Amino acid sequence: MSTGRKIRVVVAKPGLDGHDRGAKIIARALRDAGMEVIYTGLHQTPEQIVETVIQEDADAVGLSILSGAHMTLVPRIAEGLKAAGADEVVLVVGGTIPGEDIPELKELGVAEVFTPGSPVQGIVDYIRSAVPA
Amino acid sequence: MTDAERWYRERYAATPERDALFTTLSGEEVRPLYTEEDLPEPARIGLPGEFPFTRGVYPSMYRGRLWTMRQFAGFGTAEETNERFRYLLDHGQTGLSTAFDMPSLMGHDSDHPRSLGEVGREGVAVDTLDDMETLFGGIPLGDVSTSMTINAPAAVMLAFYVVAAERQGVPPEQLAGTIQTDILKEYIAQKEWCFPIDPAMRLVTDMVEFCAERMPRWHPISISGYHIREAGSTAQQELAFTLKDGFTYVEHAVERGLDVDAFAPRLSFFFNAHIDFFEEIAKYRAARRIWARELRDTYGARDERSLLMRFHSQTAGVSLTAQQPLNNIVRTATEALSAVLGGTQSLHTNSYDEAMALPTEEAVRVALRTQQVIAHETGVTNTIDPLGGSYFVEALTDRMEEAAYAYFAKIDELGGMVDAIKQNFPQREIADASFQLQEEIERGQRIVVGVNRYQSVDDAHTDILRIPPELERKQIGRVQAVRARRDSAEVEEALSELRDAAASGRNLMEPLLVAARAHASEGEIVESLQRVFGTYTETPVF
Repeated sequence: MSTGRKIRVVVAKPGLDGHDRGAKIIARALRDAGMEVIYTGLHQTPEQIVETVIQEDADAVGLSILSGAHMTLVPRIAEGLKAAGADEVVLVVGGTIPGEDIPELKELGVAEVFTPGSPVQGIVDYIRSAVPA
Repeated sequence: MTDAERWYRERYAATPERDALFTTLSGEEVRPLYTEEDLPEPARIGLPGEFPFTRGVYPSMYRGRLWTMRQFAGFGTAEETNERFRYLLDHGQTGLSTAFDMPSLMGHDSDHPRSLGEVGREGVAVDTLDDMETLFGGIPLGDVSTSMTINAPAAVMLAFYVVAAERQGVPPEQLAGTIQTDILKEYIAQKEWCFPIDPAMRLVTDMVEFCAERMPRWHPISISGYHIREAGSTAQQELAFTLKDGFTYVEHAVERGLDVDAFAPRLSFFFNAHIDFFEEIAKYRAARRIWARELRDTYGARDERSLLMRFHSQTAGVSLTAQQPLNNIVRTATEALSAVLGGTQSLHTNSYDEAMALPTEEAVRVALRTQQVIAHETGVTNTIDPLGGSYFVEALTDRMEEAAYAYFAKIDELGGMVDAIKQNFPQREIADASFQLQEEIERGQRIVVGVNRYQSVDDAHTDILRIPPELERKQIGRVQAVRARRDSAEVEEALSELRDAAASGRNLMEPLLVAARAHASEGEIVESLQRVFGTYTETPVF
């Protein structure tokens, strides 16, 4: 990063899902790794998340979904980011995502999907490498 | 020097130890050996069915009656879940347990904008009385015991259920079952709320009061540690926060003017059964002892039934892995065995595919069969509390109890549980514990088979249950059809009456029953109450 700016990451919980153990662990690990972390808290609509990403001028956004609603929520967020001209923001998804849904999510613009058991360090490393310096 | 100390110096210290973390999953130090010196006074252990109930709440335990095998089920529309209920009853299940979908848990109707994509996904969608009647269609409500896992809008669902039974000709007095209602653990861990914490506590107390008067066979609150544990707490935190939540409900009901013995016998508990075998058993044993002592000595209960901590347990969803899913059958079996050896009254075993999606019918069957193998093949039910008197288990039970009392003291310093939650105390403790465990896993200090050790290159493909998207449209059609055919003036009047009652402070159960009979929807009822009570937003800590 030529500017020396910290990587800014929004960690978001879309939908009504209250399972926030993973999101909080990831938020803390990213913060401990020196990134600027904005955790949205629970029950965010896709529109709210897109707005947070824009307002916070984020480099990356991580969505945590364990409710099975990912095929409804993720496309709306990906489209929202595109519509707002923020398609360079690195979009990652974590949670209970069946393997067969991953190709479709990637086609929508998701950079990477992290399923249960993914090492946290791997997620930190991924975001660091995926955000352009 | 005691004999054990001599043994340690002369024998044990001379032998090398593996390079491993000798602590429980919750970080409790475990010594190489426990001896009779670790046993407490015999009175602390006691006998089954007698104070302090360490060895079990009933004199005969599983020799008299096995635990209830209660598999939690619910998905799609009420029709689909009704089919799954009948399937489970046909396969020998002895009680029904309803999972609601996210919109229902949050008090939203299926056609609310925030429900998009969530309808019927993690549980069944229930919008109105009509859905409740379909859900239990063909099931005589006077004969079954039903559990409903719903909290923030529990009073609304109970009203739907009571009216559904009324229309089957069954009065509330005959209804047996449990509704979770435990709102404190929602703010602590599960995070499905509708109202700010104070009015939410008032609504819970309204239900407790109604049930004490009208529903003698109903358990109005299932005080739940399960979700606290799933959110990443330790076993000690699960125990302490759950018990403290329980005491808080007791205090609120007593303040309302109820005699403690008029409702305490109907309070029940719900604990996690996690993977650290002995720690879990110690947790259940300590829980029973603390509850009995506090109810008797602090809250003045005189009816012995008020002292009995009866609990449901569920194996730990959080212990399941998406990698090599068949290994989850072994995890679940071990966890289920700990719940049985800990004296559970009912049990849900998770299905091996639940780290990925809702369980398939085959996976649900294996989970139920796991309980049946434990019950009928292993012989563990032949004697009561077979681990009672175990040096290790008794010592661990004492340690658990000490840890719980240390937390009680901290929470009291913060002004009690409601204030502690408002100050994010339990939330922060849980976040810290879950982060620490994750770090131990990352460092390889804790091994999770198939995840950070013994990985396989290609995990076998597992079939998963999919909820078709048409279902959401179908459910939206159902709630809109109800709105079209009901008497809208009657609904308006019922909701206006409900708002008045909410503002006046009188018990809300009767106005809720009136609203249910008028076919008001869950969302309409919750929004009416929110106009008086307001809503809730948390300040997250991580």
